[in-house]
Amino acid sequence: MQGRLPVLVFALLMAAIPFVPGLPPFWIVLLDNIGLSALVAMGLVLLTGVGGLTSFGQAAFCGFGAYTTAVLTTAYGLSPWLTLPLALAASGLAAVVLGLVTVRLSGHYLPLGTLAWGLGLFYLFSKLEFLGRNDGISGIPPLSIGAFRMIDPGSIYFAIWFAVIICAVLTMNLLDSRTGRAIRALRRGHIAAEAFGVHAPRAKLLVFIHAAVLAGLSGWLFAHLQRAVNPTPFGAQAGIEYLFVAVVGGAGYVWGGVLGAAIVVILKEILQSYLPYVFHGAGQLETIVFGILLVALLQLAPTGVWPWLTALLPLKPARRRLDTAIKLAPRDKVAAMPAVVLHIEHARKQFGGVIAVNDVSFDVQAREIVALIGPNGAGKSTTFNLITGVLTASGGTIAVMGRTIDNAPPQEVVKLGVARTFQHVKLVPDMSVLENVAIGAHLRGHAGAVASLLRLDRADEAGLLAEAARQIERVGLSAQINQPAGSLSLGQQRIVEIARALCVDPMLLLLDEPAAGLRHLEKQQLAELLRGLRDGGMSVLLVEHDMGFVMDLADRIVVLDFGSKIAEGTPASIRRNPEVIKAYLGAAS
Amino acid sequence: MTIMLFLLQDGITNGAIYALLGLALVLVFAVTRVILIPQGEFVTYGALTYASLCSGQMPGTARLAVAMGIAAFGLDLFVSRGSLNRSLVARSLAVNIGLPVSIFALTYGLAGHNAPVVVNIALSLAIVAVIGLLLYRIAFQPIAHTSVLVLLIASVGCHLALQGFGLVFFGAEGQRGPPLSVAALTVGSLRFTGQSLAVYAMTIAFIVGLWLFFGLTLYGKALRATAVNRLGARLVGIRTTLSGQIAFLLAAVIGALSGILIVPITTLYYDTGFLIGLKGFVAAIIGGLISYPLTAIAALVVGCVEAFSSFYASNFKEVIVFTLILPVLLLRSLGAPAVEEEKD
Repeated sequence: MQGRLPVLVFALLMAAIPFVPGLPPFWIVLLDNIGLSALVAMGLVLLTGVGGLTSFGQAAFCGFGAYTTAVLTTAYGLSPWLTLPLALAASGLAAVVLGLVTVRLSGHYLPLGTLAWGLGLFYLFSKLEFLGRNDGISGIPPLSIGAFRMIDPGSIYFAIWFAVIICAVLTMNLLDSRTGRAIRALRRGHIAAEAFGVHAPRAKLLVFIHAAVLAGLSGWLFAHLQRAVNPTPFGAQAGIEYLFVAVVGGAGYVWGGVLGAAIVVILKEILQSYLPYVFHGAGQLETIVFGILLVALLQLAPTGVWPWLTALLPLKPARRRLDTAIKLAPRDKVAAMPAVVLHIEHARKQFGGVIAVNDVSFDVQAREIVALIGPNGAGKSTTFNLITGVLTASGGTIAVMGRTIDNAPPQEVVKLGVARTFQHVKLVPDMSVLENVAIGAHLRGHAGAVASLLRLDRADEAGLLAEAARQIERVGLSAQINQPAGSLSLGQQRIVEIARALCVDPMLLLLDEPAAGLRHLEKQQLAELLRGLRDGGMSVLLVEHDMGFVMDLADRIVVLDFGSKIAEGTPASIRRNPEVIKAYLGAAS
Repeated sequence: MTIMLFLLQDGITNGAIYALLGLALVLVFAVTRVILIPQGEFVTYGALTYASLCSGQMPGTARLAVAMGIAAFGLDLFVSRGSLNRSLVARSLAVNIGLPVSIFALTYGLAGHNAPVVVNIALSLAIVAVIGLLLYRIAFQPIAHTSVLVLLIASVGCHLALQGFGLVFFGAEGQRGPPLSVAALTVGSLRFTGQSLAVYAMTIAFIVGLWLFFGLTLYGKALRATAVNRLGARLVGIRTTLSGQIAFLLAAVIGALSGILIVPITTLYYDTGFLIGLKGFVAAIIGGLISYPLTAIAALVVGCVEAFSSFYASNFKEVIVFTLILPVLLLRSLGAPAVEEEKD
């Protein structure tokens, strides 16, 4: 997304700093510490700011990296370079184990869970005999390349900042990819993302591992910078501080992590060296000031310093140029198109004592628009959720393209060619229309996380974005393609959801109140679009309250009332059906 | 067998304290969505203020309360700078300045005059209660509408600041306080001190009290409504800022009381509270941050596990207590349905 030029300039600048004549050596030490902290914070940016998973336990992952190399180099005499992959693997493996337990937790359980195992691991580090208990391990050999031994802070500086810049680029690559989009989509709830084939726990685990490996790298570097490790830097306090770094810098931005590290490390240094003069050396004054500043900062700038800083700069991100000529391979489909696209037989859903859907049966044929209508609470949206696997049915069968879905999860249902929109719009408001729509094409791309990190996914990615752009054009929102989805009117957001659903290349489109919030002209355009889709071979099942719209558009109408089907037929017959009139207008009429 | 009984007794006494703290955490979270990391500081403040008073010293926490009152008064004036009127200023002055200053004056007058234990307890509770109330006003009220994460980090900031103040006020040395009662009761081979009986009684009283308050009174229901939906609660006329202040006040009182209850049993340092508070957390998490009885039971389990592991594997006591949470989280994550949370 961002150009590579600023990163290059930054890298050159950092490379030049040690050669500035007269630079106090102490500044280099500070920069080393900033780099180490930035690595961890970067992982937290991805984990917390982007993925919405708050972790207080990152310091423990640093510990895995640091202790792995400390033990292997001192007790077994391994070369530090050999221990690098092992240290990363150790923290990654720890992340898999802890992640499997924690990432499925929602909301506040997650941060508290991480705090608890973070503390547990800290005590483990300080009690285990082979890790040297509270004294830790000393005599760790320095990093060396040939005869060049990185003994002083000035020489390991290059290793640290090389790691920071490489990791920042890799992390940004990951964010700006098919996988990254899935991760960003998950922050605001997983139902929409899962409806397009994103495997939520897997995506979360992936971010968790990424953040842990970055922390492990930081720990490995730390061990070789200090040449000694003890448990203190890997405790809960440190874990809290890393989160603080990410939030100060701007938890949603990779460079925010680096900026936050710089701010916090320098601030702490200033506080530690000057406060005793001001207050005549009483106690832990820096923690007091630190804590108060933290609270004040959250009240004044809750999104962190980085977005505030970039808003001051005149630079605007370059618009992405899209080559819409790139074709995306169609989804794998069943060879012969069956006559019945959706077959529902005695579908039933019970919530405790409430029967939301009561033995409902109906079919949707190929090339047909069917409307599902009924008063509020009739079970229309529940029926949608049963078809798409969001809810599991209490009974009955639902078959798509002749295959029973047997309570398959949403990720599997979408593979059969069923795409949907939501009654309450589920877009990511701060992502552009293009990126939101591209989530719909998730299953039609194949690039994995590693390919994304290394930028090997560009052809795949171009295809996905081109497809998204084509669908946006199809629904007539090309003018808004680069706007944040949240800035559109509610009606337009519903249309964006339709474009996202079309990216699946579906056989059956489920639309939940697509016309709500649209103006008359826009409704006509929507009806035109849906007729075009039908004539192109798609089937549409829609829930809608606008009777004019439904009667005009639908080939067939199914009417639900209190969970049961009360009528089915052509619009003309439904209009005259006494049961339907009674349901809508009451018994008296 | 006797060892088992002793350990069990020890575990239950500690567990009762964790239960009190767990209850306070659940209370604050349920009303304000704040995960109250500084709960541990309320414990140390309560305990050490009480210990200082009993040894005839003037506790620094009384000064802190006054300073926080001044800050809160300033905030009040700043927030309503466009629409200042006399009654508003008078109310803010009374709550933010009058209350802490009068408690400070009372403490100043009584410190060093060998006041009875009950008076010292009341003073300690009052000081910490005011700090709790003002903490909400200063740190959390301005960001009450933000996400759980932002609140959590602010909470961490408060913890750091309060812990730093704790060191300034009470020094790095630990303190002990005089017991509430020297009476003792012997049942079989077990000896119950008056202190541990007081711990049990207080815990049970608070559990029942909170349960009645939230389940039966209109005000308790209003507090719960605030947690579920701030806007909705405001629309039906609940003053959400007041709810938050009351929750914090209650949590501070519970924390300080726990501190006063344990300071005669164990030596407390300025930073002990954090660890004690975290064990309350473990219990609160096991209770799902919503259920009071479940939290209380979980706290007893935590206390017993701690007591047994400190006897059989003393090195790994903390490791065991904090990893206890993992199987519970695992069960919860397997059992919990995938519920959609609408965030922000």
